[in-house]
Amino acid sequence: MMGSDAVRIVVHHPIVWFARRIFSGVVVVWAAATFAFLIQCVLPGDRAQIIINVTSGNVGPASSAELAAINAKYGFDQPLAVQYGKYMLQILHGDLGESYQQHRPVAAIIAEQIGPTIVLAIAALLIAWLIAILTTLFIAGRDNIWSKLLNDAQVFLATVPPYWLATILLVLFAVKLGIFPVIGGNSPIGLVLPTLALALELSGFFGQVVQNEFTRVLEQPFVTSARARGMSDFGVRLRHVLRHAALPGITLSGWALGKLLSGAILIEVVFARQGLGGVLVAATSSRDVPIVSGAVLISAGLFVLVSLIVDLTYRVVDPRIKLT
Amino acid sequence: MSQGRPQPVPQQPDLLTVDSLRVSFGRGIAENTVVRSISFSVRPGQCLAIVGESGSGKSVTARSLIGLAGRYANVHARQLRFGGTDLIGLSDRAWRRIRGTEIGFVLQDALVSLDPLRRIGKEVGEGLILHGAVSSREELAQRVIALLKLVGVPEPETKAEQRPHQLSGGQRQRALIASALALDPRILIADEPTTALDVTAQAHVLALLEETKTRGKALILISHDLAVVSHVADEILVMRGGEVVERGNAVQIFKDPVHPYTKQLLDAVPSGRPRGSRLSPSTIVRSPARQTQLAVQSPPKSGPILLEATSLVKRFKGPDGTLRAAVDGVSFELRSGETLGIVGESGSGKSTMARMLLALDEPDEGAVQFAGRPWTTLAERERRARRRSLSIIYQDPLGSFDPRWTVGRIISDSLSSDVETRRKRQERVIELLDLVGLSKALLDRRPLELSGGQRQRVAIARAIAPNPAVIVCDEPVSALDVSIQAQVLDLLGYLRDHLGVSYLFISHDLSVVRHISDRVIVMRRGRIVDSGATDEIFRNPQSEYTKSLIAAMPRLVRDQRIGHSATILEEGIA
Repeated sequence: MMGSDAVRIVVHHPIVWFARRIFSGVVVVWAAATFAFLIQCVLPGDRAQIIINVTSGNVGPASSAELAAINAKYGFDQPLAVQYGKYMLQILHGDLGESYQQHRPVAAIIAEQIGPTIVLAIAALLIAWLIAILTTLFIAGRDNIWSKLLNDAQVFLATVPPYWLATILLVLFAVKLGIFPVIGGNSPIGLVLPTLALALELSGFFGQVVQNEFTRVLEQPFVTSARARGMSDFGVRLRHVLRHAALPGITLSGWALGKLLSGAILIEVVFARQGLGGVLVAATSSRDVPIVSGAVLISAGLFVLVSLIVDLTYRVVDPRIKLT
Repeated sequence: MSQGRPQPVPQQPDLLTVDSLRVSFGRGIAENTVVRSISFSVRPGQCLAIVGESGSGKSVTARSLIGLAGRYANVHARQLRFGGTDLIGLSDRAWRRIRGTEIGFVLQDALVSLDPLRRIGKEVGEGLILHGAVSSREELAQRVIALLKLVGVPEPETKAEQRPHQLSGGQRQRALIASALALDPRILIADEPTTALDVTAQAHVLALLEETKTRGKALILISHDLAVVSHVADEILVMRGGEVVERGNAVQIFKDPVHPYTKQLLDAVPSGRPRGSRLSPSTIVRSPARQTQLAVQSPPKSGPILLEATSLVKRFKGPDGTLRAAVDGVSFELRSGETLGIVGESGSGKSTMARMLLALDEPDEGAVQFAGRPWTTLAERERRARRRSLSIIYQDPLGSFDPRWTVGRIISDSLSSDVETRRKRQERVIELLDLVGLSKALLDRRPLELSGGQRQRVAIARAIAPNPAVIVCDEPVSALDVSIQAQVLDLLGYLRDHLGVSYLFISHDLSVVRHISDRVIVMRRGRIVDSGATDEIFRNPQSEYTKSLIAAMPRLVRDQRIGHSATILEEGIA
């Protein structure tokens, strides 16, 4: 009895929880790697043929000697299981393969380009949160013209596609008003419009989620308790309600960051920004499969990381949650 | 007139004066008046109790006194004075200066009235910070600990660092009171401060309120429970439908109530009546023959054993991962036609046991036999056919109904499939509704359109629909007002005598269990500490625990005021 109790205490230790999360994260990444491998094999068209076409720029069929050479070089003539084993081994060594077109390691290409994309996505997430919280603090549970207007604005933003918003912002602020550069490169000022284009949609969405919860929590007895102690309306909103109202939003942040990463790729193309977007669009249209499957793998890894961070954040905000 | 009652010093001027208070919600045609012209006043060292059932307007009245009746409330009064301040038309800023400092307010149900995400110490100290009563962090911490000590929270240093869900119900309620007392307000308004609590915790909180009163504070106590109020109140205001139906000295009202509604409320309290007698004026039972039947106390039952539990054990994983036995070696038997009461405070394992009896949870050890045949050891497939013989009534019927289903469908769903034609089923449902005292006009209503009492009657109709041999009643009247509770208890008694069904009646309320049960089991921490015939247990309890429970039971004191003599136990033990 004592022994099994000790085991149970160990099982519930945060480090054990953490290890379990890491393990399940590894499983997710492994599944993504398998998927990425299968993309390469299952895609229509002979891979050797594609490689020859991509490298040479010719469209016509290659000679069988050329094909055999490529097949031998990349190991396409070996059984699928062997290819899979080799691929996994490569990944374990941090090797994501080589771009057909650029003849450089995929890992290096992605590493060069992913920085600006991540910066853009995270900036957008933070701005979306900021806008959502500020507006909700002032409009939730209030019955005046401003709250109605801002609420409608949130709904509107939540339904607008970011690339459309990006075009509007670009035309208005960069071309007509000239406040921001049309092509910002990677300067901080150039980050403003792309971030807004990405963040506004999400802020409308977050705003609606948080506001919903906020209005519900405002009616809770513990809020009335705080008022009965003499707390002001704004104090109650800031100190008691906001924390509760943010919880569902935090859960959604992991999903949102995934969405932002894919959204960022599109926005980067619209604003001609450096980043993963341009690379991926080019790779997809030229069937440079290693880059695409490398990106799949990296985004799976990022997603696992982000959801771990989200869970940890949730635990800090709501200490009632047990690690399970 | 005053039988040993310490009268407040007559020279003391009124602290709070309310004259013709009227509260309504909405405007124009949609205006709904919930409080109509009520007047009262409170002096320091005096306790005014506002008594009434849900919807009587008592809570709205209390909230109007601190200007928190809500955004949509229209509050009018000829006079609303606190000390030297006129409360009518007070600005928000002025209100905030009074709230917490001059008037302390304790909301109903501490579980939801303390912020679940914040530490107890922060909640208790919030008023001190808001009104600038402390100058340093150390002073704040000291004051918070002192406050928690004042209200009798054990280990105040530890509890201050914990969050509401880590405290027991009684500790939470006391912490909430501590937060209201933080700035030593001159008046304390407490809305149902003991409603969600076990008897011993209830006794603690009442003692605490009484002590606050003797410290010279004015006290306004809102409650639906006259037994609770009878120990502390000096003056009582009985409210119904937003109006005061009776008002006067507490002794006078308990001894000689004038208004029929007050009488009805007093009659509805089980502890004030002989065991097994009618609690409600006749509403469900129409024929005189049935009435006499009810008044007769049922003789001791000795039918065949229906349900037999042998050494039941159920363990759960605790928060630290260790196993704890929620039910620890419990054995008992329920005979045909008998009512077995199971009493225990929260956490005693009553509900876990109910789930095992219903074979919803499998016991870790031991087994239940039903009608002389194995029950818990069977596979669910073999059990299914016999499930109809075992029904359940829950505390919260709303949660056990599909909100989209009509009353007719809810009851019909429980009918045996032997009732084949649609017409026969319909007839049977109407018959069942009639049996539980509901009109067939309710057939097409949905649960949300029913009152609390009607819902529990529908739950009872559903429970008796398959002609069960045993009904497990898990806190069936705990969420109901006293007069509704009285009606439901009477109904259960009537059905038992009429249908010959056995009850396993689970409750934390001793007076209710005493009222309805033939035999009683007292549970504590998963074990049986006392068992026997009801009268025997209440007259001559064997275990110390049962003695303390009975001592802590709030009794209606009708003739003479007796000081609250509950043995106050340390909560860690109790």
